[in-house]
Amino acid sequence: MDCGTRLILMAVEPLLSVRNLKTYFQQDEGTVKAVDGVNFEMSAGATLGIVGESGCGKSVTARSILRIVDRPGRIVDGEIWFRRPAANGGAGRPAVDLAKLEPNGAQMRSIRGAEIALIFQEPMSSFSPVHSVGNQIIEAIRLHQEIGRQEARDKAIEMLRRVGVSSPDQRIDQLAHQLSGGLRQRAMIAMALSCSPTLLIADEPTTALDVTTQTQMRELMHQLQQEDGMAIMLITHDLGVVAEMATDVAVMYLGRVVEQAPVDAIFHAPKHPYTRALLRSIPRMRARSGERLTPIAGSVPHPYDRPAGCPFHPRCPDFMPGTCDRQTPDSRTVGDRHTVSCFLYE
Amino acid sequence: MAVATDSVRGSSVSTAEEQRIFVASQWQLTWWRFRKHRVAVASGVVVAAFYLAVLGADFLAYSNPNASEAQRSLMPPQPIHWFDDGRFRPHVYGLKGARDPKTFKRVYQADPTQRIPIRFFAQGFEYRFLGLIPMWRHLIGVDPGRDAAGTIFLLGTDVQGRDLWSRLMYGTRISLTIGLLGVSLSLVLGVALGGLSGFYGGIADTVIQRVIEILRSIPTIPLWMGLAAALPRDWSILQIYFAITIIISLLGWTELARVIRGRFLALREEDFVVSARLVGCSQMRTIFVHMVPSFMSHIIAATTLALPAMIISETALSFLGLGLRPPAISWGVLLQQAQNVQTVAISPWLMIPAVPVIIVVMAFNFLGDGLRDAADPYGR
Amino acid sequence: MLSYIGRRAMLAIFTVWAISMLSFAIIQLPPGDFVTSYIAQMASMGSVVTDEEAQNLRIQYGLGQPIYVQYWKWMKQIAEGNFGMSMEWRRPVTEVIGERLSLTVVVAVSALLLTWLLALPIGIYSAVRQYSIGDYVATFVGFIGLAVPNFLLALVLLYFGFTLFNAHIGGLFSPELQDAPWSLERVWDLLKHLPIPALILGLAGTAQQIRIMRANLLDELRKPYVVTARSKGLSEPRVILKYPVRMALNPFASTIGYTLPYIVSGSIIVSLVLGLPTVGPLLLKALISQDMFLAGTIVLLLGVMTVIGTLLSDILLVWIDPRIRLEDT
Repeated sequence: MDCGTRLILMAVEPLLSVRNLKTYFQQDEGTVKAVDGVNFEMSAGATLGIVGESGCGKSVTARSILRIVDRPGRIVDGEIWFRRPAANGGAGRPAVDLAKLEPNGAQMRSIRGAEIALIFQEPMSSFSPVHSVGNQIIEAIRLHQEIGRQEARDKAIEMLRRVGVSSPDQRIDQLAHQLSGGLRQRAMIAMALSCSPTLLIADEPTTALDVTTQTQMRELMHQLQQEDGMAIMLITHDLGVVAEMATDVAVMYLGRVVEQAPVDAIFHAPKHPYTRALLRSIPRMRARSGERLTPIAGSVPHPYDRPAGCPFHPRCPDFMPGTCDRQTPDSRTVGDRHTVSCFLYE
Repeated sequence: MAVATDSVRGSSVSTAEEQRIFVASQWQLTWWRFRKHRVAVASGVVVAAFYLAVLGADFLAYSNPNASEAQRSLMPPQPIHWFDDGRFRPHVYGLKGARDPKTFKRVYQADPTQRIPIRFFAQGFEYRFLGLIPMWRHLIGVDPGRDAAGTIFLLGTDVQGRDLWSRLMYGTRISLTIGLLGVSLSLVLGVALGGLSGFYGGIADTVIQRVIEILRSIPTIPLWMGLAAALPRDWSILQIYFAITIIISLLGWTELARVIRGRFLALREEDFVVSARLVGCSQMRTIFVHMVPSFMSHIIAATTLALPAMIISETALSFLGLGLRPPAISWGVLLQQAQNVQTVAISPWLMIPAVPVIIVVMAFNFLGDGLRDAADPYGR
Repeated sequence: MLSYIGRRAMLAIFTVWAISMLSFAIIQLPPGDFVTSYIAQMASMGSVVTDEEAQNLRIQYGLGQPIYVQYWKWMKQIAEGNFGMSMEWRRPVTEVIGERLSLTVVVAVSALLLTWLLALPIGIYSAVRQYSIGDYVATFVGFIGLAVPNFLLALVLLYFGFTLFNAHIGGLFSPELQDAPWSLERVWDLLKHLPIPALILGLAGTAQQIRIMRANLLDELRKPYVVTARSKGLSEPRVILKYPVRMALNPFASTIGYTLPYIVSGSIIVSLVLGLPTVGPLLLKALISQDMFLAGTIVLLLGVMTVIGTLLSDILLVWIDPRIRLEDT
């Protein structure tokens, strides 16, 4: 597949459509339903922020999409429809259900890294300590493109320059521990983007960085997105980053998407009690000193101990006994591209 | 990939089970973790059984281990037959004299027509239990008037007609105690030098480290052989016994020293040690009251793992004829008779002493592994 | 990298020095000095050593002088290639040892190579397919290797070979080629006989290395850079071999160096049981008959050989791990 071909997709169909995805981990002590019926959609060129507390299944969702979930995890149900870019300047190819592909088969591997790329939270440990940064970038390039070594090296240097790495022709041969945190993250972005993917999944990309570097990363990703027209799935627990970067937001709790909406709607008109509680718990800049924070009552249940019915009901201020603890609410559309899973809206 | 298994609780009130874990001492935690490791526990039982045999060697034997008689030479094992015409009456077959057609020597063979009953807790040759109390009772024996030495051959006899089972019992005693003594000596050396090295660091550390590295790169067996061969032939068994022990532990302390040094180094930087010093504890107190208890279990584990090496070393040396020599009895001495294939091919029971060696080594390895896993604070 | 190698070389020199002192101590240990036993031996064979000859011998070997002088003289002689006389064989020690030392090297090296060749793939397989049947089998065989002392293993194998297959497993050569000069046929004969001694010697080391490789690889497989590699679309075998195996190789390689003394040690006893024409049986006989120059020389040469081998494996380790290489650049 020729990554160099750029097509501006004016499609009506979404780029990525996840339907009822379920990824379970079979352990000796029980089954962990890390992702339990996740639904969301992404359009080409958009930025979807996926937010939620630790353990709500955000990372597992990302890995399920790329089919790199560690054993004993498996996708047990659901579909992941991905619209592949056109090959060689022709018409767009039909969407493929990633959930049905062989995780290590040739087709999935040609998508992984080339059409969907993943960047991680901790760039230090995400690079191999004994291979040079360049070696790893070039490997990604030559894996998906038929080009010679020198040409690949030039491409890698060019990529590093694009992401803002100074003296890229020297840096390319350095090891990960020889670069600063910000440079490492840029190198990781260079590696991910080396094949011009249509979808970039960023798993907590700024969490491990200091605030200044965070801003730089955000601006870089935004700029690259403008240049390449790629979609970004931003996984984070930081609502501030989401507010700055996302066009749409999906809120997850205990393996389900409880609300998805354009970013403004989420922040100004949240519908789901969990989303509301999250927003309420953010410390305010203009709060009076001595004002108490409003945390969410209770704590996240043990994964082996999931509540029946709606997973949020034990902590929900709008809990309706008899309904919320019996059945799981479906997703309902309550506005323009705004869906909620809550019995309050049924 | 870690899903949320590590960070969450079901409710904000801990269960009774969790409360117990919070207040349990280090030893209790180690014990509970160890208990889960069933193989290790089973190995512990095996080891304990062996050491009980050490104490009760005289009781378990039925023949005097030094009673030799050429005509009983190389008898195959005579199993106990438990039922006689359907009734529970353990017995062995008697011996019948015959003349070997090839060598014309008089030899004894088992005679199924003679059935000699076995008695439990029977009287036999005299011994001193724990070296003090004279006793005559043994686990099994025959009626008075008969000689157990000439009747029961559970594991056969050796070239000199000595009963192998009884010799094995006594051999167990010596092999296992040498191991224990050797390990204790290595422990003392290892703790002293390893502690010195780890706690004080600096030049002492560098020197001791280099010494350990040098010792580790030397092939041990040629050295042992040399040292053991140098022991004067006329030394008593006891002297040789102790000399062998010292020789073996002189090279065995390096592993223990490394473990202990590692522990000291890791602990030195821990906050609780620094605060102990800041509060004003003397160095002695810091070491013994604060640091040592936290790695006692590691030391126990490392020691347990070092024992099998000691036992194998003594067995190897005696097997070669350079360690303990007859009339001392150890597993290695017993195996000396099995040195060449021809002998063993005719009398394979001579190899039986290898079995306890293998069992004990495996048991100690499993036990040590289990202890080490239980002692590791980062294990589950 | 050079400074690292330099340090290891210095240590090796110290070790050789320590070994030489220990070997010398072994030579000196038996009561009486060399010359008196030499005279006694000559006498028992009916020849007489004159006082003058005895005196010359004493001067030559520096006997009667302080120990460090004797040691120094011995070292000087060794530097000249004179390792002394074997009393029992009445020939220079070097002649007696002959090709046995090189054969010992061959056996030890093949055991070492076998350890590498077996432990690496089995360890990798064990870690990647954790809890599979293959993993359990490997663990079980590993335990046998660790628990059964190698000379006992040799004994048992000999027994079964003899009784079940009527084959004589011991020895390094077929009887007709035993003393023949070197030829291609002899080399092939040696290669045919090597696997069993090499396996027996290497089994314990292999078991150990499998456990180390498995544990290290399991640790590395959990790390993020493995996920990165996979997310780029690399095939699974490449993901495993290029990244975590490379990382797990370091501690693996560093422990190989210490397997060598163990193998050399073990070869002494095993070669006794199997009747191999190596240095082991010779050493035992020399010790029993108090042929001290022979014994001391063998211990010295064995020690030096081991140290050189360990040094070579250290250099190999440095070559594998670029982090040490880059440290000094």
